[in-house]
Amino acid sequence: MSERPADAAAGEVMIRLDRVSKHYPGQPAPAVSELSLDIRTGEIVVLLGPSGCGKTTTLRLINRLIEPSAGRIFLGGEDVTRVNPDQLRRRIGYVIQQVGLFPHMTIAENIGLIPRTLGWDKKRIRARVDELLDLVGLDPAAYRSRYPKQLSGGQQQRVGVARALAADPPAMLMDEPFGALDPVTRERLQDEFLNLQAQIRKTIVLVTHDVTEAVRLGDRIAILSDQARLAQYDTPAAILAEPADEFVAAFIGSGAAIRRLRLEPVGSVDLEPIGDGTGPGIAVVRTDQSRYDALDAMLRAQQDRVVVIDDQGRPVGSLTWSAIMREPPNPAHAPAHHAGGLR
Amino acid sequence: MSFTEYLSDRWPTIARMLVEHAEVVLIAVAIAAVVGIGIGAAVEGHARASRFALGLTGTMLTIPSLALFGLLVPMFGLGLTPTIAALVLYAVFPILRNTITGLESVPAAVDDAARGMGLGRWERMRRIRLPLAWPVVLTGVRLATIMTVAIATIAAAVAGPGLGQLVFTGLARVGGANALNDAVAGTLGVVVLALTLDLAFIVLFRLTTSPGVR
Repeated sequence: MSERPADAAAGEVMIRLDRVSKHYPGQPAPAVSELSLDIRTGEIVVLLGPSGCGKTTTLRLINRLIEPSAGRIFLGGEDVTRVNPDQLRRRIGYVIQQVGLFPHMTIAENIGLIPRTLGWDKKRIRARVDELLDLVGLDPAAYRSRYPKQLSGGQQQRVGVARALAADPPAMLMDEPFGALDPVTRERLQDEFLNLQAQIRKTIVLVTHDVTEAVRLGDRIAILSDQARLAQYDTPAAILAEPADEFVAAFIGSGAAIRRLRLEPVGSVDLEPIGDGTGPGIAVVRTDQSRYDALDAMLRAQQDRVVVIDDQGRPVGSLTWSAIMREPPNPAHAPAHHAGGLR
Repeated sequence: MSFTEYLSDRWPTIARMLVEHAEVVLIAVAIAAVVGIGIGAAVEGHARASRFALGLTGTMLTIPSLALFGLLVPMFGLGLTPTIAALVLYAVFPILRNTITGLESVPAAVDDAARGMGLGRWERMRRIRLPLAWPVVLTGVRLATIMTVAIATIAAAVAGPGLGQLVFTGLARVGGANALNDAVAGTLGVVVLALTLDLAFIVLFRLTTSPGVR
């Protein structure tokens, strides 16, 4: 397994919130109260919390779509609390749930808008648009000249991500980017998103209220309670294993043990030789899938043994129900899926 | 003289008046479009300013046109200037109202995305919000144009140019030679001009709106 993205630039902070508050006039309590948060270069930090906890407000404070009442914001070591907000936003990609593509512009024009504003020449913009469409899995020749209304929800969100990456910003903010999609499309886009991140290594802050999504996507999760108070800030595995308090435990809910299995690749368990359990309804799982997938395959096939295959489809061993029960989850393996393996 | 004989006899004069009429209307609507869209873009999003601007320009429509033309004579004298001034005052309201409505109908998510990308207020207006509001704005301009074609007829009362001269001379000499022909020719001219401009707007609509929002 390759090293964690966060380790690649260990300690280097891309985004820092320093006791940032947002107080709306006429409201008794602040929406965000003295939040301090460090986001390291190249990592995905998920802001997770119940509705109204201030997670979206926190996200919008970072690119100052909401101006902080107090505190300071740093981007790449520079204090950006007072710089021109439009200049700041061009250095941070922004993706929202409703996508917000410009309906009167073609896909190419949508993606190329910021480069055009920055004065890039036509050839460079065109090349960048094609490169980005390729990157998000849309054929440039087929999609370049279409209009947003001709695309499905999933395709629109891919374009939304491509548009946010247009000027190659070091950081990207995403507000429930997969929230409006159907479950199948959502999972596929989450996978593609992780593969994409493995290539581009942006510093990403992503807001969600979905624990499963947070565990899946986050290198670290910041769990926020009322007024964006930081209840816990750690890796998904650590949060699932040891919730800091009652609030975190209640919020991540009763499925924590199952969710942890998602973070454990099948390959991390010692395999047994393939037995004679090769009857009808055989359960199969790839080495790069998770123990969760292995259990799922067993349940579906009604077998207590699953055959493990490698990425060429060759069987390499088998795994039993009781082996999964015995094997303790290993937090060190947890973020391995960011190398692009776990599907 | 029959109407057809009258037409072939007076055609050059009628055609000149028709062109003048069209010119007056187009100049007035062009000025009103700049004013209406400008004010609309400035006041949109500010509830009180919008209400004030709409109230003020809406009141203009309640002034009878003959009276308004008359009221402007002391300020602008006779002829072209008071004509254009009065027509602009009438034409601003539909354009302003549709500009505000059109800008308000831009989806919040689109504006949020544009702001989050780092487009400033002016850039968002120019590249995103006005283009998206454009079909509604253009409908306002079209409405203003048709209305102005009719009202411009009254301009003859302040010696303004256009087909109103025919209508007015005709009505002033009812029973006299060609009086009826004058009035009918003037009225028909106004109708033909209105229909032609309306058609022109359909073409303009096609040419200036993106296929993405049609």
